[in-house]
Amino acid sequence: MAKYKLTINGKKVSIDADPDMPLLWAIRDLAGLKGTKYGCGMAQCGACTVHMDGKPIRSCSTPVSIVKKAKITTIEGLSADNTHPVQQAWIEAQVPQCGYCQSGQIMSAAALLAGNGNPTDAEIETAMMGNLCRCGTYPRIRQAIKLAQQSMAAAATNGKSKSSKP
Amino acid sequence: MTNYKVNRREFLITSGKGIGALAIGAAIPGVVSANGLMKVDANNMLAYDVTPFVNIDATGAITIFNTRPDMGQGTWQSIPTIVAEELDVDPSTIKIKMSEGEKKFGGQGSGGSSSVRESYEPLRKAGAAANQMLRQAAAAKWKCDLSDTKTDNGKVIQISSNRTFTYGELAIDASKLEIPKEPKLKERSQFKYIGKETKRQDIPLKTAGKAGYGLDVEIPGMVYAVPVHSPYIHARVDTLDDTEARKVSGIIDIIRTERDNHPIKAETVTVLANNQWSAIKASRLLNIKWIKKYDDESMSTQAYFDKCKAEIEKAGNKYPESKGDFDTTYKATSNKVSAVYQTPFASHAALEPNNATAWAKGNGVELWAPIQGTDWVKQDLAQYLNTNIDNIVIHPTFMGGAFGRKAFYDYVREAVMISKKINKPVKLVWTRETDMTQGPFRPGMINAVWGSIDANGNVNSFHHKIIGESIQGQIFHADLTSKADDWALETIGFEDSPYDIPNRYHSHALVKTNIPILWWRSVYSSTNAFGQESFIDELAHAAGKDPLDLRYEMLKDQPRFTAVLKKLEEKSDYRSLRGQSGKNIGIAIARSFGSIAAQAVILSKNGNGVKIEKVVSVIDCGIPITPNNVRAQTEGNVVMGLTAAIKSDITFNQGQCDQSNYHNYQIMRYPESPEIKVYIMENDEKPGGVGEPGLPPVAPALANAIHNLTSKRIRTLPLDLNNI
Repeated sequence: MAKYKLTINGKKVSIDADPDMPLLWAIRDLAGLKGTKYGCGMAQCGACTVHMDGKPIRSCSTPVSIVKKAKITTIEGLSADNTHPVQQAWIEAQVPQCGYCQSGQIMSAAALLAGNGNPTDAEIETAMMGNLCRCGTYPRIRQAIKLAQQSMAAAATNGKSKSSKP
Repeated sequence: MTNYKVNRREFLITSGKGIGALAIGAAIPGVVSANGLMKVDANNMLAYDVTPFVNIDATGAITIFNTRPDMGQGTWQSIPTIVAEELDVDPSTIKIKMSEGEKKFGGQGSGGSSSVRESYEPLRKAGAAANQMLRQAAAAKWKCDLSDTKTDNGKVIQISSNRTFTYGELAIDASKLEIPKEPKLKERSQFKYIGKETKRQDIPLKTAGKAGYGLDVEIPGMVYAVPVHSPYIHARVDTLDDTEARKVSGIIDIIRTERDNHPIKAETVTVLANNQWSAIKASRLLNIKWIKKYDDESMSTQAYFDKCKAEIEKAGNKYPESKGDFDTTYKATSNKVSAVYQTPFASHAALEPNNATAWAKGNGVELWAPIQGTDWVKQDLAQYLNTNIDNIVIHPTFMGGAFGRKAFYDYVREAVMISKKINKPVKLVWTRETDMTQGPFRPGMINAVWGSIDANGNVNSFHHKIIGESIQGQIFHADLTSKADDWALETIGFEDSPYDIPNRYHSHALVKTNIPILWWRSVYSSTNAFGQESFIDELAHAAGKDPLDLRYEMLKDQPRFTAVLKKLEEKSDYRSLRGQSGKNIGIAIARSFGSIAAQAVILSKNGNGVKIEKVVSVIDCGIPITPNNVRAQTEGNVVMGLTAAIKSDITFNQGQCDQSNYHNYQIMRYPESPEIKVYIMENDEKPGGVGEPGLPPVAPALANAIHNLTSKRIRTLPLDLNNI
């Protein structure tokens, strides 16, 4: 056991854990944030996807000891109230069925769109291929990513025109 | 609930066989007329039950109960919507609560695509009864006739004066009235919510990571339990070395346990820890020598399929219903076709692995778990613990997928038994590897079909034989030595398959295996339809007809089937695609769970293989309660049906499952998922199932498309799209 200080959703969290404990279980059981899910434990399904310094990672296969000072964002930290454009698009397109994989899907899509406001279909495929959905919501995920992309682009344009005013 | 035929969908655990698996969709007994429904809620003196499904508190907040556990299929929206429609309140403004197995709610199971079709009438009556009682209460206050009242979204209005009361203002008075037995129901033209594009209330919870699944349950003082099951499934522990496992920090104990749910009764070992990770880690360090119960041969998929194939030419057990004289006609006709179709064992592979949190208390238990049948689990645990049903308290959670798996309660019993043993609350979680290797699985099946075409090009004989292990036999002890399995005839029997063929029968041959099997989304319909619908295309080609045209001929007296096919023809651009080179289309149609669904798969050539360009679906599910969710379910059925057709199969060698996680049991990923267009038929038929009917026609439509594009006939699944 060792002591770690994690930064999760902007808050410092002190935990006692074995160095090999995957970040997933630290987030769920020690930080008490249950939105991130366990699906496979071997980075095959993406249900555990969170952001580490903005990049999507599979927390089930990331030992807590390597996180160090990196900033971790989970679905709970994406927005306080479902207002992130990706969450809004997911609601608009009525994506989730069972919903279990969707925290991971949303985190993958949000990381993609944060780094690339205008991804090609191939870039979307690469970003999303690590997230399995057994209910088969892929067609709606595709639709929701396009919606989120549009609303983020519109917000960026508005932001620019506002900030360009004297 | 009198005089109903017990079939697979209605079988209840009360049969006393000690099977924690359930019955899919029992009828709702006396929903409206049950006694004792009008009592004031003891937990909240200000809230009143106006019929058991509707609770209105003094602030006017309306709660409607969802009685059918949600595994993603959308009952969280559809069930309350049915009540809300007749109650006359906007479903987006109500609170939804999950029922917890209370008797007053009647059947509380999700399975067999039964939730809406069994609830539609009783729940409309429940909503309409509450509506009438509220109007009666208002009429009494206004001293007016009931006919001078109407309602609008949570308010009773006096027509002559325009005075209003909110439902909240009337709840106390209304709850004292007798529940009307035959309240007046709305005409369909009056529906404000049923059939409209409404949004699911559970979706914002799921996009925020706030929906509570079984895996998310936390009870103060609970112990984390991770069981290790034998790779041979049916086994006893010979020796256990837990030295290394006990060195893991956080380990509380390592104990001998069991998995006890017929047909499986196996010894297991369970790691108990103060955190989930330690339990998982230690479970991998156990060194266990197992004694297998069965020989490898009876747990081999290859040996099983060989045995199935040996049954093809033998006389099987005939189903009672038949038409004409197949044998004579088939023999006398020269244009004959016969074919053998093989579909693999499949894992449900829901993303949320099996888990349950149990707290044994005295003679009873309190349970939090993802389960498909709340009342079923209550009954099962009462039987398992040999206690009164009132000692069983159940809190069903959202399910992270189920597809039939979470209606087999081995994991629930396991958690309960461990909690009883250690006298503490226990959260049991199966690892993905345990979930995938242990089954039960969709049974691998062989479908053998024979048919002939007369001189006029009409199909004049047809014999469909189902060969394989039986759910009814393996799980429910049915004796099938001299009797066909009447649960196995889904989709292809006369009841579901209306093809007009003058000489036709069906038969069944039981082939046993010790690989555990279970219902899997659409059950035998998924495997039967592959045989039937592939074969109809083979007959069409032998008759020199287009497969769609042959179906029109054989279904000419079936307006619903014909309408579905016409819609599919139009929406898929069928005729133009049939004439193209480098691109083609295949179709299939099947009725299951009270609905008719047809799929068209559009393919292009891709090197040595083919690429799925698009799938077009048409579903006739009668009146759709929540059309957006009907489309969602059908999209999901396309993805799951394609996955079963083109991705991994479950295989057993030397008594063990070869697949253990998503790396070697692959399911469809985002880039492979084609464009899907779903169309819902417009009619006034009563609601049919939605969660499963889209799936059965998917695989045969794909195989038929492959044939139309490449002239190759695929009869064994899964197939490799890259190498046809």
